[in-house]
Amino acid sequence: MFVSMNWIREYVDLSDENTEELIRRFTLSTAEVEDIYYKGRDISGVIVAQILSAEKHPDSKKLHLLKVDTGSEVLDIVCGAPNVAPGQKVALATVGGRVCSGEIGKATIAGFDSYGMCCGADELGLADGHTGLLELDRDAPLGTDIKTLYPLIEDIVFEVDNKSLTNRPDLWGHYGIAREFAALTGKPLKPLSLSEIVFDGDREIPVTVSREDLLYRYSCLEMSGVSVHRSPLDMQIRLYYCGMRAINLLADLTNYIMLELGQPMHAFDARKIDSIHVGTPAAPMTFTTLDGGEREINENTLMIYNGSEPVAIAGVMGGLDSEIVDNTDSLVLESADFDGTSVRKTSSRLGLRTDASMRYEKVLDPELTVIAIRRFIRLLTEIDPGARVTSRLTDCYVRRYDKVVITFDKSYVDRYTGIDISEEQIVRTLTLLGFGVTNEGHIFTVTVPSWRATKDVTIKADIIEEITRIYGYDNFEIASTESLLKPVRRSVSKEEDGNIKNLLVRHYGLHEVHSYIWCDGKKFKKLGIEVEENVRILNIPTPENGTLRSSMLPTLLTFVYENKGYSDDFGIFEIGRVIKGRKENGECNERRTLGLTLYSKQRSEKELYFRAVSMLRSLTLTVKHTEPAFRKRAPRSAWQHPKNTAEILLGGEVVGLICTLHPQNLAKLDKNAAAVCVELDLDDFYKAAVSPLSFEEPSKFPSIDYDLSIVLPEGLRFADAEAAWKTAGCRELTGWRVIDVYEQEGMRSVTVRLTFSSEEKTLSMEEIQPVIDTVLSNLKNQGIFLRS
Amino acid sequence: MLESTQTIKEQFSLLLDKAASTAELESLKVEFLGKKGKIAALMNELKALPADRKREAGQVINQTKQLIEQRLHEKTEELAMREEQRLIEAAESYDESLPTELSLGSYHPITLIQREVEQIFASMGFYVEDYDEVVDDYHCFEALNIPKHHPARDMQDTYYLDNGQLLKTHTSAAQNYIMRKYGAPVRAIFPGRCFRNESTDACHENTFFQLEGIMIDRNISISNLIYFMKTMLSEVFRQDITVRLRPGFFPFVEPGFELDIRCTICGGAGCPSCKNSGWLELCPCGMIHPNVLTAGGIDPEEYTGFAFGLGLTRLAMMKYGIKDIRVLNSGNLRALSQFIDA
Repeated sequence: MFVSMNWIREYVDLSDENTEELIRRFTLSTAEVEDIYYKGRDISGVIVAQILSAEKHPDSKKLHLLKVDTGSEVLDIVCGAPNVAPGQKVALATVGGRVCSGEIGKATIAGFDSYGMCCGADELGLADGHTGLLELDRDAPLGTDIKTLYPLIEDIVFEVDNKSLTNRPDLWGHYGIAREFAALTGKPLKPLSLSEIVFDGDREIPVTVSREDLLYRYSCLEMSGVSVHRSPLDMQIRLYYCGMRAINLLADLTNYIMLELGQPMHAFDARKIDSIHVGTPAAPMTFTTLDGGEREINENTLMIYNGSEPVAIAGVMGGLDSEIVDNTDSLVLESADFDGTSVRKTSSRLGLRTDASMRYEKVLDPELTVIAIRRFIRLLTEIDPGARVTSRLTDCYVRRYDKVVITFDKSYVDRYTGIDISEEQIVRTLTLLGFGVTNEGHIFTVTVPSWRATKDVTIKADIIEEITRIYGYDNFEIASTESLLKPVRRSVSKEEDGNIKNLLVRHYGLHEVHSYIWCDGKKFKKLGIEVEENVRILNIPTPENGTLRSSMLPTLLTFVYENKGYSDDFGIFEIGRVIKGRKENGECNERRTLGLTLYSKQRSEKELYFRAVSMLRSLTLTVKHTEPAFRKRAPRSAWQHPKNTAEILLGGEVVGLICTLHPQNLAKLDKNAAAVCVELDLDDFYKAAVSPLSFEEPSKFPSIDYDLSIVLPEGLRFADAEAAWKTAGCRELTGWRVIDVYEQEGMRSVTVRLTFSSEEKTLSMEEIQPVIDTVLSNLKNQGIFLRS
Repeated sequence: MLESTQTIKEQFSLLLDKAASTAELESLKVEFLGKKGKIAALMNELKALPADRKREAGQVINQTKQLIEQRLHEKTEELAMREEQRLIEAAESYDESLPTELSLGSYHPITLIQREVEQIFASMGFYVEDYDEVVDDYHCFEALNIPKHHPARDMQDTYYLDNGQLLKTHTSAAQNYIMRKYGAPVRAIFPGRCFRNESTDACHENTFFQLEGIMIDRNISISNLIYFMKTMLSEVFRQDITVRLRPGFFPFVEPGFELDIRCTICGGAGCPSCKNSGWLELCPCGMIHPNVLTAGGIDPEEYTGFAFGLGLTRLAMMKYGIKDIRVLNSGNLRALSQFIDA
């Protein structure tokens, strides 16, 4: 919103204040100022002059040769404006003067000398687009500087960020902003000049309302006898500086009052209005707004009707048919307060945000409607003394806001602010802002003014804001809290996430990535991966991405695919969330998850797979001090390898999955490479107990190693053999490790080194032989024999 | 006898001068000092001498033996030194500038910034909490005093799910959960991923990280809030930060503020980063709205508190000079692998 300082100064005397400093304080105490514009500052040497004669240029259709009287001399001017006529008073930029386009010099145009320029409004920065010469009043004295004649040309206009006014309906007009300046400077706010509504007859515009839920107040009356149709230049300048365009006097006046009070108004041509009805249509329809747009109206759109004929979309825009036109001499003036939510929904559904709808959205003060009408009468009759009220005021005040009275004591303010703001200052601030305040024995009783009581100020914390923002946050003394010291423990999840990341990044050289929580259908398709049924986003702009991910791995594989050119051998991981369907109560089953993918052109798939297994072992050993276990399972998704998909177990519970890719998908990812995927359900992982680190004193006596070379028949896993010595029940068997694996034609031979040691003595071969025998017999029972 | 020792000395000197290896020195040692060596032979001869000459001759032999021993030792040392010298001369001088094998992993920049900020808060006694990405209307809006018709709920901002839940639009959604979990007093931060239904470009992402913090106790005041924000941000930026507060409207705080910091790039003089204003708008904050405290089971008459939000994504971009926000969720390793850190 644009705010004119000239306009503000009409309501509050700021003569001894620095404008820039005031605007800075406004930012710090009220709302953010985005920009400051210095209007008319660069205009100089432009004076009132009269065209004495206008001859057509001999060779040009457009140009005229003028004799122009400045009061002290007669100048030759070559002018291209279409609307020149002798006798007109115009704004003449003299040689050496400045207009928007720069300095004026003596020029030779199409063979004739020109000693200045007759200006259009745009050249003085008072309008957009060139519509010909700016015609001045006939009685404007010759030679007068234009800025003396129209002092409003020079102005400081600042732009307030609309977003920072969302909660302040009262700041959508200059008068409300002037109130802020009054509070900031301690100067009184001048009252508005309003007319009384005087009409002796019986005429009244009947108003009926069928949707009282969408309306607070509808006020209207009729005025007639309007003969002036163009707004005074001062008003046009002001409208333009505040971002609007002059149309005709009546439309301009409604806009002017909206900019002044924040109250949108609408003027209907009285010839088109007999009675007003406020309601919603029974069936959808189309309606032509005054901008010529065809609008689709549904049953929830609040409309204004003349009888049964729709004439306006309430709070958004009027209709084309009842619009004020240039010869309108009587009008029905609407000043209403519609439900903010209803207006917002309508305007966003129609894609039609207007200055009126923006204001209604903020929830306006219904007390304003009649004030705005009285202000309108005052301004119109000042400009056009022939205009008069020709009906009674119709005022349907269907809903009122409750009066808001808030009580609090000084200690509340002290506690909330942490500083001591004097009672006197509290009273002064609130009074300047229009609050009614009584203060007795440290207790304040505050009546909230109607313009702040629609939703903005309802509780005592709101009053704190009023007091402190005007006090100024820069003036606060600041202090630390005196809260109790308490040890802070990091959560298991945070700690373990950190450990996992460190291990994967520092030890295994993986790269951490982040990916979206939804599936990218297009990218999955490239890898032949189906998007699996899951919870969907209703309103995502790209529906193929609407399904939430139930696993991170497909997305990580798309990342691998896109990074193939980065390196021949790399791994990526993400710690984030996946949604594994719905829980029983219908809510998302959100799981914290680690996804990890290894890719290599250098290593075989088997090497890569065991690298992943090794990572998982390091991970569980370092984080949980426990070895993981693996159990083959059927693929969970079609892209996983039917044979090499396994569950990862920790303490007997499944916590994740490791797999290679189905050949079909691997071929799409990269024919010449291998990839392995791991996914851990971290919520399950966090739950697994952390075993204490166990320590055994190493024996002082030498140990004996005993090597067994065993042959694993097809179908048996190494884990099956492992049981043979693990269950041998020998205290002296203190360790084992695989020292060789030999594979040939489906046969696997593994050499295991068993280590025996005792804490009491040096063992002899004879002493361990019985244990070896037990191990061999255990193996035999599993169908495992020594290599011959 | 004396003549013999003289001859032995001369022989030894001759041989020693010729010796050029430790092996040769070893055989010299055997030849002269061994059990069957020349000195031993002389000792044997000594037995045959009359007693009056024995003493004198014994001394001469011993002196000879000691001399041989000493010279052998000296020569051994000399040879060892020469060998070391040879090794040094033959050694290769390594070129450290040659590229070496390196396979360093990388952290996501958000992880790095999040760790840094979390540590700062932990050092000030804040719990570091975690919260869901999928939440319900109550936690995201209702409990935060965002009434039913508030524009923030409009479809264009929030991703709504087909089960009635939604993707959290701000980390404030965790406030109610934290208050319910710990009660008052409490101080906690909750970093997390947020989602807004908007189109992406270099400056806008639909998926981004925030960090929310609350501190609730008896007598927490605006004065405390300003002090805290100044202290905390000075830690985050590792320099003394000047803050200023402006009124800002957020339904879950009252009063609410926009907090600006004096531009860290130009020091307040004005530059393109701060659009010549000298200030950077950094984070929204405010005193927790009484309705929000009440919804969290905390009595607003007894307790007050403040809340603040930090854009972790924005901080990461500021810190590392990331110009296009979309890099963060791209998985592009050419960009992301550069974030090497311990």
